[in-house]
Formats: sequence, structure tokens, C-alpha cells
Amino acid sequence: MSLAYYPGCTLKTKARNLEEPAVASLEALGYELEEITRWNCCGAAYSLADDDLIHQVAPVRNLVRVKESGMSQMVTLCAVCLNTLKRANLVMKADEEKRNTINSFMDEEPDYDGEVSVVHLLEVLRDEIGWETLSEKVRRPLHDLRIAAYYGCTLLRPKDVAIDDEANPTILRDFLTALGATPVEFPEFARCCGSYQVMSDPDGISEYARVIFDSALSHGAEALVLTCPLCDYDLGRGQQVLMKKDNSFRGMPMFYFTQLLALALGLGSEVCHFELNHGDPESLLRAKKLLS
Amino acid sequence: MIVEEKKSDRAQAAGKEPEQSAVKLIPVYVMGKRYEVPEGFTIMKAMEYAGYRFIRGCGCRGGTCGACGTVYRKPGDYKIQVALACQKTVEPDMYITQMPFFPVNRASYEFSDLTSAPEEVFKLYPELFRCVACNACSKACPQGVEVMDAIAALKRGDISEAARLSFECIQCGLCTSRCFGELAQYHMFQLARRIYGARILVRAEHLADMVKAVDQGKYDGILNELKNMKEDELKELYKQREVEPVSAGENWQPEDTRYL
Repeated sequence: MSLAYYPGCTLKTKARNLEEPAVASLEALGYELEEITRWNCCGAAYSLADDDLIHQVAPVRNLVRVKESGMSQMVTLCAVCLNTLKRANLVMKADEEKRNTINSFMDEEPDYDGEVSVVHLLEVLRDEIGWETLSEKVRRPLHDLRIAAYYGCTLLRPKDVAIDDEANPTILRDFLTALGATPVEFPEFARCCGSYQVMSDPDGISEYARVIFDSALSHGAEALVLTCPLCDYDLGRGQQVLMKKDNSFRGMPMFYFTQLLALALGLGSEVCHFELNHGDPESLLRAKKLLS
Repeated sequence: MIVEEKKSDRAQAAGKEPEQSAVKLIPVYVMGKRYEVPEGFTIMKAMEYAGYRFIRGCGCRGGTCGACGTVYRKPGDYKIQVALACQKTVEPDMYITQMPFFPVNRASYEFSDLTSAPEEVFKLYPELFRCVACNACSKACPQGVEVMDAIAALKRGDISEAARLSFECIQCGLCTSRCFGELAQYHMFQLARRIYGARILVRAEHLADMVKAVDQGKYDGILNELKNMKEDELKELYKQREVEPVSAGENWQPEDTRYL
């Protein structure tokens, strides 16, 4: 079965370790991630200014591409892309005046009124494939691996684009359980990584990382699962900064959820591109006999 | 100054004495001033007819050099139109301004230091990420290049795709003139094509082999022989040459295969 797939720019450069294991895993599950044609940047951040419609044009154009291809659903892997695309889609669906303005500005494109649904791959795993089917396909259960279920902001906020209950999400816990891992739930599961504040205060936001890692550690986690390249950048960089200035700080390896998926499905570690992860994630996997 | 207006304003003269010309004259406005010019002329010829003399802003006159980018509007249509002045024929009541150059900074780099990594383009042209996908660039391209798509390709690090999509770019700069993100599209594309050509495109090994064979004198003998021939002998040799038949298949070879 074929799924319309929106990769996002970062997945083609810095975060190939998020994309490539996903493509291989979906193939193993009998699905093909079919990249939409002529896709553009998702917009990178949802513009909060009410009248700043020009910044809705990039995400909406991608949704138009899906509509043109005759598909009704588009899958993303990156949590920021998901958030930006979904919120732009809501504008097109719910606000007639803005919809008309944007449609008439993009007069070279067919009119669009929010008919494509944007979903995250975790939702496909939960709602279309199902946790039970997924766990049956696991060839290399991630036994004895205690992983903190870190959501960050953009999967859960704002409420109208959340992929799960924003106060009490279970999707990552269920995902990790299906792979045979031990999910670790911790209070800072949705704390912001610092987001684009890394541009203005790169060292200051390392304190956000401290709160997140300390909390995960104190709840017994050995690693953290991620869905977002921006979280990966901020938390990875934050760990480095903290380790330099504070001997007592202990970080932990971070994995994209797709890397854990590929590993559990028994795929070769080469599709995971662990070399693109921060630090040394492979030592932990070797210690748990999940990598040779 | 790119164009000069001649002292004798032929267009106005022609307007006053229409009996001199059998062709139909139509009104156009060049930089806001009305001229009557023959129907069927290109914008460039019409401007010359009107008395402009091109010192710059005209190159090949064949639609490939990109020197005569032109913008125009027509009454009743709010949209700006673009064309190459040497290709587009005049239409009644066009308001025309030629824009042969649009200022934009070209990054300077030592090409031998560049790799094929996407970050090379990001570092030299960081304004790339100011693009909001408004598509004004593609709409302004007289070559029909999907400029926005090529920029999107660069943003995701796909230099090969950017090179492919921008292949028809003639660097006229009209896209750049329309960009509110203030990108230097045509310079970025040139960089992409350079990197693609030098670092990504697969080398043709047989070409290198052939160059080596030529260097080693493979054709020296036959070339010297030809040089020393008398004219009559050469003509005779030419007449007797073996010609590849129209219906020849892929594997056709001449009888004499010494020089293949």
C-alpha cells in the first residue's frame, strides 16, 4: 500500500537517520512511502501573527500537491513539519476569508479548502497498522532497553493539532511497548527543547536539556526517543555544553523513533545511520546485544 | 545609460506620415512614452524603430543570452508580464520597460575548495532560507524555469535537481527582481550547476581514454598524411569516403576501423 509522504528539508540533509530507517521499516511492513512531487519547505515554523498569510503559502502549496496527486492523506515523520502543515491546513479548512485570500494569491494552483489530512507516522502505526500487528512483526525485540518517551511540543500542542491527549499521551509508550522496549514515562515528556531560541541563546537553552535529561534519568531511563530534528539538535548540543561545564551532568543517548522501529523489525543497522546521531548511541545497543 | 534615444524620433515621424508605410502601426509605451511602431516587430526592434539605440541590453538577439529581460503591463490586466525583448512581438498599448540588469550580490568562492555538500550553498547564500514559496520567481521567468521548485531543491540539499531544473536559466535576473525574500536565484543556480558538473556528474571514462589516445599520437599519422596531400587527391578522397547509411543500426562500423 502506498502512502503520500512529505519528508521535509532536514530529513534530506542532517536527519537522514530519521528518514531512511522509516522508509525501510515501512517497506518491511508492506507500505511504500511515496514522496510527493515538487514539495517545498513546510514553512519551518507556524506564524502566530493573525494576518501574516504569506507564511501559510509554503505549507498550503504542499497540501495542494497531495490533492493534485489524488491522495487524501499525507504522512510526515518530522514533528515540526507535522505541526506547521496541520495548522496551515486548519486555517484553510476553518477560515473562509483567509482561505479565499490565499487561494486567490496562489492563482496558478487549484483552489484548496483543507481536504487533505496530515498525519504523523506514529498515527499510521497506531491507527492503520495497529500495535498488535506491529508487535507481531518485531524480529529483534528491544528487551531490557529503558527509553524515555519524549514528545516535545509540536506533537501535542496546540490541542487542535495534537496526535494524542496533550496532557496524558500514550502513543510513544504504546509504540515502545510494541517494539519490546520498556517505556519510561517522566514528568518532562513535553517540555520544550528550546526550539529556535537556539539561534539567539545557544548556551542558555542547554538548561532546558538539563531539566529534561535529569528528569528522564531519575525515572530510570537509559535513552531518549525523539520525533523531531530540532529537538535532536537542541538536546544534542545542550548535552555537549552541559558536559563541558558540569562534571556531574550525565546525559544519555538519543534515538529517533524510526531507528528503534527499524532495529526492532530486524533491519540492518546501516539503514539507521547511527553515525549521524549525537554522541555514541551504539555502545548502549551493543551492551544490550541489539547490535553486533 | 543602457539605451540612448536618437535625436530624430522616427516613430513620431512615422506617426505623422503614415502613408510612408504600408504596415499597420500600433501604439506602445516605452518607459511611459507613446510610440507608434509596426505590428509584428519584436519589442527590441520596435524600440529601435522608436529611436532607441542599444549599447547594452541586447546580446544575441536569439533568445539565449538573457541580456534583454523586459517587463510590461497591458491595460485592464493587473498582472506584470515578462519577456525577452528580442523574442516577444509588440501588442497594442503595452507599457514596456527593459530591465537588462538587476543588481544582486554574487558570493565569491574558490571553486577548488568547494565540495558537493548542501552546506556549501547554504553558507555562500544563506538568504536561501528567506524563501516563502510565493512563486513570484517562476511566474517572472521568460524561460519557463520552475524557479521556486529549484530553490526548494536547494533548501533540501538536492544540488543535482536544482541544476537540472535551472538548466534553461539564462540569468536575466527577472526572478530576482520579483523576489521579496531578496534571493540571488540565478547566482545560486549557477553555483549549483558548477558543483553538479564538477563534483556530482559521473565522468565519462571513455572520453578520458580517447583524449589519452589522441595525446599518444593515435591520429598523428593520418593527419600528417592529409596535410601533405595535393588538393585533387583530397577532393578525390572526399568523394570516395564511406558514408554511414541512413538505415544504419547502432552497431554499424565503417570498413576501415583503424581510427575508431
